[in-house]
Amino acid sequence: MTAHLKQNKLDKRNVLDGMQQGIIGKPISRSEGLLKVTGKATYAAEYHLENCLEGVIVTAPFAKGRVTVIDESSVMEMPGVITVISDERMIARAAQGTAGAAPLQKACDVDYWGQPIALVVAESFEEARNAAKHLHIEFEVEDAIFDASEVEVEPQDGATQQGDLAQAMAEAEHSVDISYTTEGHASAAMEPHAAIADWDGETLTVRASLQMLNYNIGELADSMDLDESKVRLISRYVGGGFGSKLGISQEVVAASIAAMQLGRPVRVVMSRQQVFQTIMRRSETTQRLRLAADANGRLTGFGHEALVSNLPGEGFAEPVTQSSEFLYAGENRLLKIDIARIHRMTAGSVRAPGEAVGMPALEAALDELAEKAGIDPVELRLRNIPEEHPATGTPFSSHKLAECLQQGAKAFGWDSGPRKPRNRREGEWWIGTGVASAARVHIVSQARARVTLQADGTALVETDMTDIGTGTYTILGQIAGEMLGLAQEQVKVELGDTRHPRGSGSGGSWGAASVGSAVFVACEAIRAKIASQLGISADMELTLKDSTVSWDEGKKSLSDIIDGKDIAREGHYEPGDITEDYAASGYGAFFVEVAVNRWTGETRMRRMTGAFGFGRVLNEKTARSQCLGGMVWCIGSALTESLLFDPRDGHLVNCDLAEYHVPVNRDIPDLDVIMVEERDPAASPIQAKGIGELGMCGGAGAIANAIYNACGARMHDFPMTPDRVLAAMPDE
Amino acid sequence: MTLTINDKEYELPSDPRVSLLDFIRHDAGLSGTKKGCDHGQCGACTVIVNGERINSCLTLAIMHEDDAVTTIEGLGTPTNPSALQQAFLSHDGYQCGYCTPGQICSATAMLTEIASGLPSDATEDISTSPKLTDEEIRERMSGNLCRCGAYPNIVAAIREVAEAGL
Amino acid sequence: MKPFHYQRADRLEHVAQLISASGAMAIAGGTNLIDLMKLQVETPDTIIDVNRLPLDQIAEEGDGLRIGALATNTATAGHGKVRSDYPILAKAILAGATQQLRNKATTAGNLCQRTRCYYFTNIDQPCNKRDPGSGCGAITGIARLHAILGTSDQCIATYPGDMAVAMAALDAKVEIKDRAGNTRSIAVRDFHRLPNDAPEKDNILEPGDIITGVILPAPVPGKQLYRKVRERSSYAFALCSVAAIIDMDEGKITRADLAFGGIAHKPWFDARLGELLVGETPSLSLFDKAADLLLEDAHGFGENDFKIPLTRRALAATLCEATGVDA
Repeated sequence: MTAHLKQNKLDKRNVLDGMQQGIIGKPISRSEGLLKVTGKATYAAEYHLENCLEGVIVTAPFAKGRVTVIDESSVMEMPGVITVISDERMIARAAQGTAGAAPLQKACDVDYWGQPIALVVAESFEEARNAAKHLHIEFEVEDAIFDASEVEVEPQDGATQQGDLAQAMAEAEHSVDISYTTEGHASAAMEPHAAIADWDGETLTVRASLQMLNYNIGELADSMDLDESKVRLISRYVGGGFGSKLGISQEVVAASIAAMQLGRPVRVVMSRQQVFQTIMRRSETTQRLRLAADANGRLTGFGHEALVSNLPGEGFAEPVTQSSEFLYAGENRLLKIDIARIHRMTAGSVRAPGEAVGMPALEAALDELAEKAGIDPVELRLRNIPEEHPATGTPFSSHKLAECLQQGAKAFGWDSGPRKPRNRREGEWWIGTGVASAARVHIVSQARARVTLQADGTALVETDMTDIGTGTYTILGQIAGEMLGLAQEQVKVELGDTRHPRGSGSGGSWGAASVGSAVFVACEAIRAKIASQLGISADMELTLKDSTVSWDEGKKSLSDIIDGKDIAREGHYEPGDITEDYAASGYGAFFVEVAVNRWTGETRMRRMTGAFGFGRVLNEKTARSQCLGGMVWCIGSALTESLLFDPRDGHLVNCDLAEYHVPVNRDIPDLDVIMVEERDPAASPIQAKGIGELGMCGGAGAIANAIYNACGARMHDFPMTPDRVLAAMPDE
Repeated sequence: MTLTINDKEYELPSDPRVSLLDFIRHDAGLSGTKKGCDHGQCGACTVIVNGERINSCLTLAIMHEDDAVTTIEGLGTPTNPSALQQAFLSHDGYQCGYCTPGQICSATAMLTEIASGLPSDATEDISTSPKLTDEEIRERMSGNLCRCGAYPNIVAAIREVAEAGL
Repeated sequence: MKPFHYQRADRLEHVAQLISASGAMAIAGGTNLIDLMKLQVETPDTIIDVNRLPLDQIAEEGDGLRIGALATNTATAGHGKVRSDYPILAKAILAGATQQLRNKATTAGNLCQRTRCYYFTNIDQPCNKRDPGSGCGAITGIARLHAILGTSDQCIATYPGDMAVAMAALDAKVEIKDRAGNTRSIAVRDFHRLPNDAPEKDNILEPGDIITGVILPAPVPGKQLYRKVRERSSYAFALCSVAAIIDMDEGKITRADLAFGGIAHKPWFDARLGELLVGETPSLSLFDKAADLLLEDAHGFGENDFKIPLTRRALAATLCEATGVDA
């Protein structure tokens, strides 16, 4: 039986707060944690299947053109080689998030350097890898453009134009007009993309590392021209996603074709270099920020324009201005995104698409405005929090930016006195502080989950939702346990298998609120069933706690009520009118202290505080970890992360973890996380919003502002590597 | 010719190309040790060989005749986790879990290194024995990337175990 | 990885013969060689495992210290005598790589470490070092990591290591046994080559040569500093590095042994710097003159232009720290 909730209005019942089990929100350790810390959690490539073959992908050593010959005979005599796959079904690009259908196929038509074009299958990995290096291919190369500044741009739909920004700038008491650049980023999840495909003549089962099985099944079925009922995807543990595993990627389809052709399981794991070269990048951006303010620092004009890039034919454009739409006031507004079609690998979602690069620019520009206006940057932000969505007039649901700025400033010890650079030096290090706001639009999606109250008094939660490190296993257990009066250990959560009801997928920070609501809806239905069994009109009259149901006139153990018969309900949650009626978003504030070396321009983080409001905290421990992760990404994007492309042939030169610098442990100082208490009735029936991305929305701007405060270098180009800081640093 | 992994003997592979990492994951079936980059750039494959932590991806299995290898499975089990495994759990010193076995193997060996007085880049005066500061832990754990960003919790977990002298 | 024969050398006398065979390479820690073999940048027919040779000793020799070719970086950096008398060497080693890598990396292997140039490690790109005559991808490509001194029109790669930079400052000697069994020694300062028109040759080793150890001379008085400028605070190759042994007497510099990493095909040693600095009273303007001398022939390739001012500043910073000049 399915219980359905389409949320058309605010849910102010706060049902979870009325429950008695007392586990929701608590800092419970991850339910799958012991498996992870002991090496017993099984990731995609780690299943031991009898007779499994190994496939290694061959990629194009050119950026645009056509593969004319793939000479299988060049490797077929090599030891262990079974076959070479260069099937028309092989996908040329990974699917964008939520595509649900095959991405571009026909891999022999090449659009970017490193595009997979063939798969060599052999008995062992070493045999396949060596043969892959020897596969003879011939190709015709065409000219291609690799630099966004060299092509005519296409304006994206959805631009905001309101009032007259130019006039507002001209009349402003204080204004800034600054250009920023950000470089491309890679998700660089620690687990490389991997798949083991197995065809039993009836069903294609693929164990893969994917974030959104609910969409991935359609993408794979469509690519293989199979009915979805013949496809099963399993992703029980995913070694990080960050957007890179939203859609199926090339190894999933290549392994599937090989397995179906050979009748043996085939494992394909991308090399780290291939992950860098073929999986979604975050587009580089060029941005122009125009802010106009009156004498009191109140914004009268707000302009944010961006140029991003993608391959021809891709619908995705880095949504740089997403938070700029609503974060600050200013009646004269211009927000637009242009896209340039160039031949670098597909641009797609990388953690906090849009905000991750748009907000640092905005928050850095705001710092320059604060300086010009002589207003403390925290105060400037507080003065510009709008009453309602500044473009659409839609009311905000729950809005914690002011609280985050205030609580963060207090915890950090923010000095609101006059600010000037080079005020503090320790040895050869300039010390400075900076602030930035955070905002990430709240998104929910439909989701289904089945909850079964089992005869033994435990509960089982099943959905094809994934846990990519976010804590889904744990929080779904907490929601079900809280609703059904069970201890965390009494709820078993099974995820990552398309045999289960379709969840929401992990992405866009919507997983917890969406699939959590589906579990909630299912539990409400189970509670209603219990109530009706007891002859009680409403389930809210029941108290479920510690496996016991009590009500006004009685008390009964859950197992007595179940009486040997499972109670199973599928919860189906759908966002309704509420998403149009209210502008819901997570908010936050970052405060950082940096040290900048006066000789070398090296920047080292000293401390960082993040205060965030994202609705109900479902698990204080895993939510805090999500915030920490976001803050670490802020540091990486601020200081070190940058994809470097060869200007002549478009290949990614720093395609490994030695030269693409994700932060190491020593780069990260003490991070202080404040979770601001909030219940958002517009967000979801569990009053929770997303947290996976909020923590990296804007923090790099706070670091830029702190670098300026430390040493006087105004940074307009990210990442702020030592050479760039030195170039911007005024002489002492 | 054999090598020992977690006190169990294994025949060395016939193909000399097999890395110690692939041997552990594939031939020995111990998939707790992870392949993140295969080039010594991430630390996910860290195991302890004869008491020292190494990147198992950058060494050949065949070079380890008679060596004693300890992997994450050799440090503890879900029912009997080691102190560090328990501390990683309680401090949430991981998220996706993929770098975690490498982190824990690394941390296990690191505590021994500090105890033996081995200096690091974070040691103020390398003529003296290092102290167990957070900065020391961070530097010594910098060979293990964690893209989820669990670093502060990893440091907290290690600090707790070190201070308890477990 | 291309198939190869694996052979273990049990006795030093056999090694020369084994590695003289065409297509044979010695493997010690393997952290660089296996990395490159997986990329098919290196494709030996035979690898000779030398790890069981008795070359891992670190022992006093005369007034100096002998570090065996197979002593691990960890063993060297942790050695009491190195820490007390040659701290610059310990600091340089500890500034490089990670503990896991240093546990495997050896003295000889680290000396022979190949460049990190992105075009060298990508076999689908031209590289004169990997494939002589194919061209240099970096010169007009992305040259962020690359050299500013001693480049040629064939190659602008850098030697990426830290250990050898300190050894160059210390004026250590590399001890080499040749195919005939004769031992010779060569200064670390002269061990690596400039690329000139044969960038495929990183150093002066001839076929059949085996490094048996590195000899550090008698300890010298003075401050020993190793400053490594890098993007990450750990686990990153140097944008530039400075190894400095500086001694002072009565306000004047009496010793200035300087070597630089990350800016050339070899650890960069310029004897003129010592000559300029010794006998002088330290000052910012003096350090500037030293930088002028060091960098007079420096030129960048776009992406790495920044290394010229960065090296100048890193040198000044190091000399200020060593001499106490308050800048």
